[in-house]
Amino acid sequence: MNILSYDFLRNALIGALVIGLIAPAVGTYLVQRRMSLIGDGIGHIALTGVAVGFLTGTSPVLTAVIVSAAGAITIELLRAYGRLSGDIALALLFYGGIAGGVLLVGLAGNKSNANLLSYLFGSLLTTSETDLALIAGLSVVVLLVTVGARPWLFAVCQDEEYARVAGLPVRALNLALAVTAAVTVTVAMRAVGLLLVSALMVVPVATAQQLARGFLSTMVTAMGIGITVAGVGVFVSFDLDVAPGAAIVVFALAVFVAVAVVAAVARKLRRPALQPAAPEPPDVVLAP
Amino acid sequence: MTVLRVVAGVVRYDAGQPVLDSVNLRVRRGETVALLGANGSGKSTLIRAALGLVPLQSGQVELFGTPLSRFRGWKKIGYVPQRLGAGSGVPATVREVVAAGRLARRGFLRPSGAADSAAIDSAIGAVGLADRAGDPVGTLSGGQQQRTLIARALAGEPELLVLDEPTAGVDEASQLMFAAVLRRFVADGGTVVVVAHELGPLEPLVSRAIVLHHGEVVHDGAVPAPAGHHADPGHDHVHPHAPADEPQVPPRGEEGWSGS
Repeated sequence: MNILSYDFLRNALIGALVIGLIAPAVGTYLVQRRMSLIGDGIGHIALTGVAVGFLTGTSPVLTAVIVSAAGAITIELLRAYGRLSGDIALALLFYGGIAGGVLLVGLAGNKSNANLLSYLFGSLLTTSETDLALIAGLSVVVLLVTVGARPWLFAVCQDEEYARVAGLPVRALNLALAVTAAVTVTVAMRAVGLLLVSALMVVPVATAQQLARGFLSTMVTAMGIGITVAGVGVFVSFDLDVAPGAAIVVFALAVFVAVAVVAAVARKLRRPALQPAAPEPPDVVLAP
Repeated sequence: MTVLRVVAGVVRYDAGQPVLDSVNLRVRRGETVALLGANGSGKSTLIRAALGLVPLQSGQVELFGTPLSRFRGWKKIGYVPQRLGAGSGVPATVREVVAAGRLARRGFLRPSGAADSAAIDSAIGAVGLADRAGDPVGTLSGGQQQRTLIARALAGEPELLVLDEPTAGVDEASQLMFAAVLRRFVADGGTVVVVAHELGPLEPLVSRAIVLHHGEVVHDGAVPAPAGHHADPGHDHVHPHAPADEPQVPPRGEEGWSGS
């Protein structure tokens, strides 16, 4: 069966590939900052945003973008001013976001309740042309920030104090990254669902780290892995008739485990060969 | 011309004793000033306050004659922190870290030019890491990581280098390399402020030493005579001092600024 001959399958595939590309691009910065779980926190807030959309009869994606961006900015400001430890901020967001979402969906009535599941676990197959246009537009923004401002975002995530002494607009860059993460979460919730969004941001990066030596190479490799697992995941899910979001994430994890094992074996095999016959010469030779 | 000035600077964490107590510091162009003191003397806090990383409770900071709040000439300053930043979840190559030092001069969201690339390569070469440029900094030794940070500061072609304990826990080869790099930087007209616990091979370069003790300046002048185990006859002290101008510091009969 040629799945591309069906419009809805083609849309699903395009949506998944785009999300597979952008989620690791943002994720690389989050992992560098050791904030891998922040995507989950934002995802939970986005649920409240989706519910606001149901309740007010506006597009849930639009309200989710607004609410999760506001949430991400709040987290960033709390982090910057040192008012909350990172894990407490995350805990508050997780519970507040889920509880707020479920509460508002309840107020919005039964029909939304069923709809909610498609945001929690994704529903690639119902991706419409309008959704695709929205995904594409937001993805361009995400790529412009994550790829275009890479040297500056890298400097801030790698050593924030140094970035301040270098006169970089640290606050603006941090907020830009927070909003970009929020946009990515809401774009990706259509594909993999809010509960699995963070996996697509983090797992390809964790895999790429095993292979790459630098930041840029990690980012590019992670984006390549993201596209691959998203594409393969969609095909596998059609074949097995399972949810695409879950198939994508399970496949991403399988790739991670395979790469981790191969990398560990390769390191073990390479180590004896790396040992120099003679001791390394000193870096600086003292003049007598 | 005054490059760096702190007037009556006070820093206090919580309600306790001040970390800096009305400290005055003035660094002129072309000087190589060492800030010495034991752990907890406030020497690192002083330069962090001077760079705006720690807020002053009272007092003023001026950089290149401009009050800190209005200072925008950050490209003139090369900062070398004590160690590599904590953000190391993803590997970064030596060249990527050093390239971050060029951003202040490159300008926000400007594309990188040939001059930027050349400055980055030359900074990596100056600290002897050209063959490690593509390696992840995490695989380098402590001394090599410190050299990476110095290269990052040099890549911006600064006029003032501020180094926070660049020699702490660093192998001798790297210390000698710092001395060589700083000597060249000063010869080209640069100004250096270096915070140190022990000067080691940097001592011949220092034109003025400021000693802090419990948040106050207790000495400002020539490099003081070493105290503690440095005064030990068995200590390998390679450079000569003129005995006549050796001030004895600190004046309170305590163990001395080396503190060890």
